[in-house]
Amino acid sequence: MDLTFSAEERIFEQEVRDFIAQNLTPEMKRATALTPSVFSDPDIGMAWQRALHEKGWGAPGWPVEAGGPDWTPAQRWIFEAECARAGTPNVNVMGVKMVGPVIIGFGTPEQKNFYLPRILSGEDYWCQGYSEPGSGSDLASLKTRAVRDGDDYVINGTKIWTTHAHHANRMFALVRTNDTERKQDGISFILIDMKSPGITTRPILTIGGDHEVNQVFFDDVRVPVTNRVGEEGKGWTYGKYLLEFERGSGIASAKLRDALKTVADLAESDATGHAIDDPDIAVRMSEIEVDIDTLEMTELRVLSALQTGQNPGAVSSLLKLRVSEIRQAVTRLGVEVIGNDGLYVEPMRPLYRLNEAPGIPEEILPVVPEYLNGRAYTIFGGSSEIQRDIVAKMVLGL
Amino acid sequence: MDLNLSDEQRLLRESVDRFIAETYHADHRRKSAGDPLGFSPAIWKQFSELGWLALPIAEEYGGLGAGPVETGIVMEAFGRGLVSEPYLSTVVIGAGLIAECGSEAQKQAMLPKVADGSLRLSFAHSERAARFDLSHVETTATPTPDGWIIDGCKTAVLDAHAADQIIVSARLPGGDGAAGDLCLYLVPAGSVGLTMRDYPRLGGGRACNLELTGVRLEPDALIDNGSDALPQIEAVVDRALAALGAEAVGIMQIMFDMTLEYTKVRQQFGKPLSANQVIRHRLADMAMHCDEARSIALRAAVMADAEPVARGRAASGAKAKIGKSARFVAEQSVQLHGAMGVTEELDIGSYFKRLLAFDTLFGGSAHHYRRHAALGGRTPPHA
Repeated sequence: MDLTFSAEERIFEQEVRDFIAQNLTPEMKRATALTPSVFSDPDIGMAWQRALHEKGWGAPGWPVEAGGPDWTPAQRWIFEAECARAGTPNVNVMGVKMVGPVIIGFGTPEQKNFYLPRILSGEDYWCQGYSEPGSGSDLASLKTRAVRDGDDYVINGTKIWTTHAHHANRMFALVRTNDTERKQDGISFILIDMKSPGITTRPILTIGGDHEVNQVFFDDVRVPVTNRVGEEGKGWTYGKYLLEFERGSGIASAKLRDALKTVADLAESDATGHAIDDPDIAVRMSEIEVDIDTLEMTELRVLSALQTGQNPGAVSSLLKLRVSEIRQAVTRLGVEVIGNDGLYVEPMRPLYRLNEAPGIPEEILPVVPEYLNGRAYTIFGGSSEIQRDIVAKMVLGL
Repeated sequence: MDLNLSDEQRLLRESVDRFIAETYHADHRRKSAGDPLGFSPAIWKQFSELGWLALPIAEEYGGLGAGPVETGIVMEAFGRGLVSEPYLSTVVIGAGLIAECGSEAQKQAMLPKVADGSLRLSFAHSERAARFDLSHVETTATPTPDGWIIDGCKTAVLDAHAADQIIVSARLPGGDGAAGDLCLYLVPAGSVGLTMRDYPRLGGGRACNLELTGVRLEPDALIDNGSDALPQIEAVVDRALAALGAEAVGIMQIMFDMTLEYTKVRQQFGKPLSANQVIRHRLADMAMHCDEARSIALRAAVMADAEPVARGRAASGAKAKIGKSARFVAEQSVQLHGAMGVTEELDIGSYFKRLLAFDTLFGGSAHHYRRHAALGGRTPPHA
């Protein structure tokens, strides 16, 4: 039993480092550091996606026949860890990590041939149409309806909390195609061109000051039946498959460690008057660091199981719970560390392209927005309360 | 990178699990509770026959040369069984100190005897004024022409009543705490001037308070050559923390399993307790704490032979985190058992007390988070 990587894996690690050193521009790095959200704006995120794609690393989790790099679980781990350490932008996760695996798993050959290369290259930018105003945690109660009319579905209804709908040219959505007794059975998984007539998008500003999410309205929107993934009425199954990916991509500790390091660097800097000298802050930092060590060990236990072909079990809900809570703890500590600068409000976005120099040190700018933005971590992708229900049901057999 | 158990480790786990399940049932505990020794010499002999006493001892001294992960496997099962045999004091700490600090002759003389079960050890280090500061020792060792004279008081010495030799830490009189000052001495049981007052320990086993008044020792009672023993003490205590963490994981898991089962069976308002969301969420949190404790305990074990800062941070981090998680799981296990949870009629209470003792041993969560921070260069050591 050991925590060290093999010589071959070390060589791969060096290859990743070299790639990052050659392709991560200072602009990308700065923009990522100054983005309060986990979602990079497309101009930053897609530039990185293009660089990854050129290297053949556009979709680390995909099988090789779909354009994935055919990495072992350990290689994926190393890649994610190095990216986190270097502060690379986030790519369009809704494409690469969400709809991609569903199309690979359940799509037709035509769908695979059309959509997958466009996700890899960054030509398509995806958003996720799941939640509705009346359907949050109770997702299966969704009411957006797709009615068959010849070779089309006609879609009416509305989706909400749609991250980056204002940037996306495509949406994957769960829509109701049938009124079945068990509401999960009447749902289908549809791919929608965001330029279709009848779609309007309304921005929703969140408390951190970011425009990240939207409400999207569908008014007699026609979508070809060929845009349905898999069988009609089986959308719930595909949607849940995808949520497994959303909840536990399995490698979050490296990002959290990087986020904590950012807070620790601030605490050790003149900008915060050496907040670290406050023993309460130092101890709080240790508590969070140990929580991240714990999470990392859990991830490595899962990785070890995967590498020998064992099923790690229903851990994604457990991981999602802890990852979101630790993220929030890191951002909360950040607010404590910056002291009086926590009162400063910067209404302009993006923070990496302000017209005027801010009134506080630049590296402190994203701290409060990150904390405010981060309140959503325990809500999106199934709230923590829903995750606890899932743990009780799936893990404890209750 | 591989955290899967090897075949040997799996076999060890199966064997110790089986032994614990067959031997340490509630009846056994009730019978041994009033025993003045606090454990069974017959079972200790079985431990030696099964090779568990030899486990972490190097092969050249009659051991099996296994590491902290194997110790963790044994300790986790011991936790489930609430084992009170002096494994931690003799094998993990006692033999660990001899291996770290002892002269070649001392290792040759003692380690094979630990491995074969014929020598039991205890470590007398803690003092009332020190709390959990390992460097704070007021007990003195005064050199004389024919050896040493030890004077001082030690508290909460695990299993000293059953030890053949007690390893006592002491400083040269008038020393200023400089390196080379703190040494370890072998004090045979029954030495003149050694007063021992032993008491039943919370959660099982026994512990002692020692008074050493003019205890005369031979020159060879000094362990090794007089170099400062604090770094070695810290290394061995860090390994003990990893072992205790594994023991706590075993206790947490069985408390959780029992509680989960109870909430499925216990009916109130015409349905099982576990049908209530407030209970289900509590259980989900308990499951998470158990799994987290398992991860961080394993980390402490895997890091137990790393360089001192990384090792110390891993050990203290684990002790602190498991302490917090154990408190949650233990308190909620009692809570969800309702009034039955606070009686002596269920095992839950025994496990609860053992976890409380775990939290106290070598310092609680607050102490170890501070040490973690200090070792990380973030705060002065005793802020």
